[in-house]
Amino acid sequence: MTTTTPAHTAGRFVGQSVTRKEDPRLVTGHGRYVDDVTVPGMLHAAFVRSDVARGRITRLDVDAARALDGVHAVLTARELNGRPAGPMVPSMFADGTNGPSAPVRPLAADDVRFVGDPIVLVVAESRYVAEDACALVEVDYEPLTPVVDFERAAADTENLVHPELGSNVATTMATPPDAALDDALANAAHVVTQTFVQHRQTPTPMETRGVVADWNAHAGELRVWMSSQNPHEVRRTCARILGITENRVRVMQQDVGGGFGQKYFMPRDEMTVVLTSHLLGRPVKWIEDRRENLLASNHARTDRVTATIGVDGDGRIVGARVDHLEDAGAYANGGTGGTGIFVAMMFPGPYRIPRIGWSTTAVWTNTCGRGAYRGPWMMETVAREQMMDAVARTIGMDPLELRRRNVIGRDELPYATATGMVYDNVSPAETLEQAVALAGYDDFRAEQARARGEGRNLGIGIGLYIEPQTGMGALGVEAANVRVEPDGTVNVFVGSGSHGQSLETTVAQVVAEHLGVHVDDVVVHQGDTEVAPFGGGTGGSRSAPILSSAARQAALDVREKVVAIAAHMMEAAPDDLDVEDGRISVRGTPSRAITLADVARVAYATSDALPPGTQPGLEVVARFKAPPVMYSNACHVCTCNLDVDTGHVTLTRYVVSEDCGVMINPMVVEGQIAGGVVQGIGGTLYEHVVYDDEGNPLTTTFLDYLLPTAVEVPTIEYGHVETPAATPGGHKGMGEGGAIGSVPAVFNAVADALAPFGVQPTRQPLGPSEIVALLDATRD
Amino acid sequence: MIEGTALDVTMTVNGERRRAHVDARKTLADFLREDCALTGTHLGCEHGVCGACTVLVDGAAVRSCLMFAVQADGADVTTIEGIAEPDGELSTVQAAFRDAHGLQCGFCTPGFVVSVTAFLRDNPHPTDAEIREALSGNLCRCTGYQGIIKAVHLAAERVAERNAGAGAGVTA
Repeated sequence: MTTTTPAHTAGRFVGQSVTRKEDPRLVTGHGRYVDDVTVPGMLHAAFVRSDVARGRITRLDVDAARALDGVHAVLTARELNGRPAGPMVPSMFADGTNGPSAPVRPLAADDVRFVGDPIVLVVAESRYVAEDACALVEVDYEPLTPVVDFERAAADTENLVHPELGSNVATTMATPPDAALDDALANAAHVVTQTFVQHRQTPTPMETRGVVADWNAHAGELRVWMSSQNPHEVRRTCARILGITENRVRVMQQDVGGGFGQKYFMPRDEMTVVLTSHLLGRPVKWIEDRRENLLASNHARTDRVTATIGVDGDGRIVGARVDHLEDAGAYANGGTGGTGIFVAMMFPGPYRIPRIGWSTTAVWTNTCGRGAYRGPWMMETVAREQMMDAVARTIGMDPLELRRRNVIGRDELPYATATGMVYDNVSPAETLEQAVALAGYDDFRAEQARARGEGRNLGIGIGLYIEPQTGMGALGVEAANVRVEPDGTVNVFVGSGSHGQSLETTVAQVVAEHLGVHVDDVVVHQGDTEVAPFGGGTGGSRSAPILSSAARQAALDVREKVVAIAAHMMEAAPDDLDVEDGRISVRGTPSRAITLADVARVAYATSDALPPGTQPGLEVVARFKAPPVMYSNACHVCTCNLDVDTGHVTLTRYVVSEDCGVMINPMVVEGQIAGGVVQGIGGTLYEHVVYDDEGNPLTTTFLDYLLPTAVEVPTIEYGHVETPAATPGGHKGMGEGGAIGSVPAVFNAVADALAPFGVQPTRQPLGPSEIVALLDATRD
Repeated sequence: MIEGTALDVTMTVNGERRRAHVDARKTLADFLREDCALTGTHLGCEHGVCGACTVLVDGAAVRSCLMFAVQADGADVTTIEGIAEPDGELSTVQAAFRDAHGLQCGFCTPGFVVSVTAFLRDNPHPTDAEIREALSGNLCRCTGYQGIIKAVHLAAERVAERNAGAGAGVTA
């Protein structure tokens, strides 16, 4: 494994690959995930779900289920659908100002809208009995013609997914006509138009969704344990749907077995379980099984982009057009579940594109709803980077050279794109050069030519991108409460929702660095809304830039108070004091020192000894407001070996050059890159959620939905460019990027290997059967 | 409750003798999690693909979601909670997972640690290809397997180093 590290001087803790505080409990089986929670009197829930994609319910018989011993309740729309006191949608969509949402209801009433639509919730003394009862529920349907193909949904005015909305078009936006763009394209030396389709995938965290809801009517209080990325959003949602205040809701997100976006908002099924606990006055546990996760959680991707790029005689881009269509499914998790506007805004990516026109449309279909998945807007990079290769092939230029001619250079920063995004402190040209150097691009081209002479087919692909992190609205602020306890140890309370991102370690590194204590003396707490300050959870690659900045500020503020108290105690000038490893000493006279515990004792227990006017205690809550959008960037280069007889692709090299600013923990950064890259490899070559023409899902086990294993993945090689961000610590978000750049890098590598056969793939996935079909088509 | 057949079972779990009256249809995984309160054994798919529920039954790595508790009658079962030393000191495999960043969310980790413990016991000097093959029965969604593969190499190296030093058969 190659690691190229930057020359930046690391701090004592920030910048170090500190091993994780989370690990001792997790490697020994002593983590605490939602299914590990047991509450006295707890009941177990299971859903009966629709077997048809679209239809009327003509008969629903739950009598046998209700009569089964051990069954506590069998709930239908009649019992539950009148209960929500507010919209069952994420808080940012609750008032409708951020776009439309599907008409969500707890359970299907009268009709069903996708296979997996929940119809009945059984509550029983055990999960085994609950599933027995589900098997006794009888449902008859009158099937209706479903809307399955998202490319035809908008035109279908006869079959409506949500009849109350009057159209299968959820949203549509477009730029006005632009004569200057039309002129630029008309006068371009070459104009290339291509349509790319990205297929349906699903995040599949290894821990499925799950919730334990405990409504105590006597206390007027709800307690919720949930597998979530965003505990405060869960609290807001519970309060809204129950019509109670947020200070009567306590949400506890403990260890979470991955999310990747699926657990960012509170999903419909979890809301239904909360409503059920409220109705029954009993604690209720629901743990999603894998079949439910694959058919009824939320799906992702499913986009089509038609792109046009015009270039001049030197290959410089003169203008572009991008028309985007996305499938929202039936009940998208969060608005339309997609991010069409971001696809359009980020389409220029790392290149100079002087003029651009775009449109974006989301449609409803009778399929599982769309939701966030690591880089929800990433179709922009998928389409743009495939397009760069298509343009290069058309004009007879190497795709690397085309990128070099168009990539934004450091001397052009700050750079405003034609869609109004302003980049600064980014390095796309540097990451491009570092990645191709590490991959040995020119040598590979020579080897590729030799191999072709020997009948071997090699390919190389590049994925270059800018990764945005939004700091808009509630997503733009994070808080950290840093508290030195009376014994001098440090507790930190944060509003994030780490589910694998290592925040217990990285936040501790930041606090230790700036407060002047050892990282071992810092404990980070998150996920419990009773003690954690309000925060936006963990998602959107925002914890490093936003949360770390809040933690840094709180630590600095506490340090300032520590120094002031210590100076008073030691009769020294504050400016002469150093704080390190929990010791406050006089610079140049290290023997003249007191400990943080000495200061804490004074702060809490003998406050008469404090400097006049100093408030007792050693605790600060700091909040950081981020700029509206922040950017990191990276370049992926992938090489492959293609077997043209079987269509089998072997990935041979994989290089990532990343610029996420000042790294808090390089080991964690590389771990995040690796995880994202392999999700993108899976999403390009293996993973595919398949529906038949009737809307029946065909991929409801891990034998059908193929995740990559250790055998398929290449060894990932890393390079780092470090351009500090303008935020106080210089950190940038990078959690999603691995899953963004990898898809076009892998796709372009396979397309490159196929090019000599006159084949240009435009649709994912690129499994063996799809590749063989493409090759067969050329032989006909 | 639907008419079930409950049976008496006796097994050793992490060195402790357990006797229980168990529904015949209860999986070993549910028995370990619910009846023994050993919640480190995780359920990721319940159809035998993901490997998160892997435990050792008479030394063999098995998927506890595909086995009924009554089938383990008389067996010696080791779960993830039985891998570390009683005082909490990590096993060689567990320490290597920590040191090589072989885990992120940690949900699949117990299955990987148990599988790798059995694998290195049977093949203490594996090649990279053998390691990847051995890991292919366990799914991880966070790490891209990079840290896990590194961890297995690291654990094997540490066992080899200790054996070279001690001249004795140290296992992972």
